[in-house]
Amino acid sequence: MDELITHAPELARGFLENVKLSLVALVVSFILGTILVAMRVSPTPVLRAAGMVYVNVVRNTPLTLVLAFSALGLSDQLGLVFSDQPETNSFWIVSLGLGAYTAAFVCEALRAGINTVPMGQAEASRAIGLTFFQTLTMIILPQAFRAVIAPLGSVVIAMIKNSTVATAGGYLLDSAARMKIIFDDTGASIPIFLGVIAAFMALILPIGYFTGWLSRKLAVVR
Amino acid sequence: MTENGDVTPLVKLEHVDKHFGALHVLRDINLTVSRGEVLVVIGPSGSGKSTLCRAMNRLETIDSGQIIFDGQPLPAEGKALARLRSEVGMVFQSFNLFAHKTIRENVTLGPVKVRKVAKDAADRRAMELLERVGIAAQADKYPAQLSGGQQQRVAIARALAMDPKMILFDEPTSALDPEMVQEVLDVMVGLARDGMTMVVVTHEMGFARKAANRVVFMADGQIVEENTPDEFFTNAQTDRARDFLSKILTH
Repeated sequence: MDELITHAPELARGFLENVKLSLVALVVSFILGTILVAMRVSPTPVLRAAGMVYVNVVRNTPLTLVLAFSALGLSDQLGLVFSDQPETNSFWIVSLGLGAYTAAFVCEALRAGINTVPMGQAEASRAIGLTFFQTLTMIILPQAFRAVIAPLGSVVIAMIKNSTVATAGGYLLDSAARMKIIFDDTGASIPIFLGVIAAFMALILPIGYFTGWLSRKLAVVR
Repeated sequence: MTENGDVTPLVKLEHVDKHFGALHVLRDINLTVSRGEVLVVIGPSGSGKSTLCRAMNRLETIDSGQIIFDGQPLPAEGKALARLRSEVGMVFQSFNLFAHKTIRENVTLGPVKVRKVAKDAADRRAMELLERVGIAAQADKYPAQLSGGQQQRVAIARALAMDPKMILFDEPTSALDPEMVQEVLDVMVGLARDGMTMVVVTHEMGFARKAANRVVFMADGQIVEENTPDEFFTNAQTDRARDFLSKILTH
């Protein structure tokens, strides 16, 4: 127990990094996932194909590889650099990589949601003269989103936990990386394990309850 | 039957053909709809009447032939098609009100987003139209809170809000409980009296007799007979039409 108390401040700072990584990835994944699903249902074959390829490649690649590729391939080899500070650069590489990875899952959840929206909604929208884009953004996606709030919650939960593989992208300040460094110093500690687990549960359990509540509250009645 | 002296037909279909796979749903359809005319399309299920109706605003594409609306061939896609659709109202069998929007929002969405009407002007107009179809008191409810008949009247108000040149009705009363049919038909008769150009796919013979200028009878993808309602119902010319009428009029 003593070691947990001793190391609590740096573990807490690490946990805060997981939260920050997750927040950036959340925004990126929802924006990119929405763009991807728009591509996947668009009437343009090239866009549909591009969306499908992205989702299938990214979703089927292990996250550790996505992050390692982002750091070693995109950043080191191809020069995608966000900051001169290595730590800041790694933060953006990992958070954006996590967001790009999670976007594929957001896309697929939203696509399942689109399938719950009756065909007649799009027909009525087109019949009053709304364009494809307007129909998608004003009629289809709002209803699709409400239908999949709970599954999207699961995607977000997985994403938060996935932020603990930040090390794979060279970011060594998150709670998992710090925990490993402490263990390397002092040996493994069950209280530290439990402490980190408790922190994640304190963050994630409410998200599960909240999205469940929200999906009931916003459900579209037909 | 014509408004402001314009005698060119509002819609003209020329040699229109369409297949659904092996099924030939529209066979060489030639038809005109005049301005201010109320055209009722009847026929057995599977005769192609709904497809014909939906082809007029290109919710169904056609394989060959052409459809001319207000002097222009129907655009194939994009902004031009959206513009055409904004001029042709559509009322569906299953209402298709936007489930996540209030009644008022259902009616104002098109004017605000397509016609770029100011929000408060669109609101005022929506309330007038909802008043006209008798739903003003429900303006802030959601579609699922309304009865089928009320929803269909809102759908008519939504179509009217675009000031369309024509409204297509695709079996507007077929999904309604019997006691709600009349309230929808009353609104439609009112529109017909006001000179709206209407194409109505329906089995409501009462409506056809009361409001239609012309009845088109379809079977197996073809227009089999065209006549005034009185002539058609009392003195059908073809066996196919007499057979159909005997089935729907005897009980």
